[in-house]
Amino acid sequence: MRPLLPALRIAVFVCLTLGAGRSFAGEVSPAIPSPEPGNPPSASAAGPRFVLPELHGFLETAGGARTQDDPNQPGAFDLGDFRWQLEAFKTLDGADFKYRGDILYDGALDKFDFDLREAHLAASPLASMDVKIGRQILTWGTGDLIFLNDLFPKDFQSFFIGRDEEYLKAPSDAIKTGFFTDYANLDLVWTPRFNPDRFVNGERLSFYNAILGRMAGDRGGISEIQRDRWAEDSELALRLFKNLGGYELALYGYYGYFKNPAGATSLGQVTFPRLAVYGASARGEFLKGVGNVEVAYYDSLDDRRGTDPLTDNGQLRFLAGYTREIATDLTAGVQYNLERMIDHENYANRLPEGSVRKIQDRQVTTLRLTRLALQQNLRLSLFVFYSPSDADAHLRPSVHYRIDDLWSVAAGSNIFLGEKNLTFFGQLEDNTNVYGRIRYSF
Amino acid sequence: MTAKFSSGLLVLIATLAFPALAGAAEDAAVAEIVRKSNRAAYYAGKDGRSEVAMTIVDSQGRTTSRNFAILRLDVEDGGKQKFYVYFHKPADVRNTVFMAWKNVGKDDDRWLYLPALDLVKRIAASDKRSSFVGSNFFYEDVSGRGVEEDDHSLAETTDKHFVLKNVPKRPGDVEFSHYLLWVDRVTYLPMKAEYHDKNGKKYRLVEALEVKEIQGHPTVTRARVDDLNSNGHTISEFIDVRYDLGLDESIFSERYLRRPPREWLK
Repeated sequence: MRPLLPALRIAVFVCLTLGAGRSFAGEVSPAIPSPEPGNPPSASAAGPRFVLPELHGFLETAGGARTQDDPNQPGAFDLGDFRWQLEAFKTLDGADFKYRGDILYDGALDKFDFDLREAHLAASPLASMDVKIGRQILTWGTGDLIFLNDLFPKDFQSFFIGRDEEYLKAPSDAIKTGFFTDYANLDLVWTPRFNPDRFVNGERLSFYNAILGRMAGDRGGISEIQRDRWAEDSELALRLFKNLGGYELALYGYYGYFKNPAGATSLGQVTFPRLAVYGASARGEFLKGVGNVEVAYYDSLDDRRGTDPLTDNGQLRFLAGYTREIATDLTAGVQYNLERMIDHENYANRLPEGSVRKIQDRQVTTLRLTRLALQQNLRLSLFVFYSPSDADAHLRPSVHYRIDDLWSVAAGSNIFLGEKNLTFFGQLEDNTNVYGRIRYSF
Repeated sequence: MTAKFSSGLLVLIATLAFPALAGAAEDAAVAEIVRKSNRAAYYAGKDGRSEVAMTIVDSQGRTTSRNFAILRLDVEDGGKQKFYVYFHKPADVRNTVFMAWKNVGKDDDRWLYLPALDLVKRIAASDKRSSFVGSNFFYEDVSGRGVEEDDHSLAETTDKHFVLKNVPKRPGDVEFSHYLLWVDRVTYLPMKAEYHDKNGKKYRLVEALEVKEIQGHPTVTRARVDDLNSNGHTISEFIDVRYDLGLDESIFSERYLRRPPREWLK
């Protein structure tokens, strides 16, 4: 019985939002002309003094369900979103203001939500300097869905339940400053208050709770020791980069915290231990395709010798990737990722009796196949994570179709495979799901 | 223009008058037409910008559109170029940026910036003869096909056009066996191209529908591509074309992918 009620609410919400979409398209759009070529937005619509900002966005309905029972979750639905994203942009005196936010009814959790994606000011106080202040999405590094030196917040919940790939990135509240010279460029990002990942925590997706020593579909009474003090719990990320004749080279540094709970107290609370990361990457044309390599050294500052079994050890991470168009409109990409625990011996020696010992090298390979068809309106995609060391995998087949310039539909699946509950993808096996989305863009 | 035209004509007359010398002289004349045509079509001014409104019509008459601004800078006249393409429409690609560094003799470097993810993506598309943004135009129609990639010969000279036959040096890399190119004898703009497949069947047509002189450069302001196999077509209009803006090369960099140079995109 239980899934019926949310389903009914979903249906009502669909009618409401799609109705709103129609009236929005019919009434609001003509009053706010999009910038036609050679015909900039005219001031006449709102009087000569103030020009309304351009409004854009989309309405989206998404639904998804587990394909098997998960004894740790209350119902079959793990995704039931009705989302209205609105974006506004305005330039004032050389500064650009951007707002982008989602009003969301989250049917799977039966709650309304507001997800502010971007709200920032961007300006160039000097010819060789850019600043962006406020809420923003931040991405750098060369990996495809694998992140080494990008320690900006991710949303793995959204990623695993079938939301659009853009939701893998969670917003940061930060100040980004860029300096640009002929020799090299420097990005500095200061996040005054720690922004953790939106990691899998039992809500919606079950996971292996190491403290409880079992699978958990909720927080299991475990609490996080938050890092939420302004300035004290801040993060600093920097990137020194240069494009050398088409080859993109970069050095990275990060000083902050593990982005998900990588530590625990003896009382069973989870923590975000201190972390420093140093790395480098290169990307460019290689054998008729694009090649990339990236390395990162994760320095676990609260456990530098690796002797504290309650805190994650430092790691050396390596990534190599290669992407190539193997036929017209068919692209293939492969990656190899290694995560080597640095003080594995110390870790192993101090591990309490009976604990499961993690292996020193976690290896993950990925494959991406993308096929475009029907005048590029149809996109068939498969992304596979396969870990030979963990013997687990995550498959992401999807199909996306643009019906016209306004409407698009998508469907896909998140398949998790693995024998053991202890491995990254294996623990998610009962969360294997299918989903569908329909979107109206304006 | 007249002077250039006369020299071309002289070579042609010489070719006709002295058949023994014809081979070499004709080769030189054809090479000159090809060179001038390439310059006229893709290298007007030192840099340039345009708004582009594309209407894509499929075989069932359904239309979709693409609106974008394009900035171009010549790094070497007739050689390396940089392109910056900023999408206004449709809504699902709005604010997306495509950037290409066109190389001669090796693959272009291409990037895509996806604003919702703040992601600078490297595109691994070595196939230049695939659809540009879902239209019937190919990437190569927009950026120009390297003149060194084909063997060119003069098939015909009409009142208004030099008709060049172009045969790919590496037939395996392309979908055509040859294409005929109608080059305007005065402006040297390519006015029409007809592509023939490996069975000799004409299957693709690119035409300039309207030419205007802008800052002294004859410029195609309306063009059409027909896919004769699918019966789909695309019309491109080039609006607000301007040359020699003094674009700085730094615009064609990651900095401006993430922060579009709005003064040039209006």
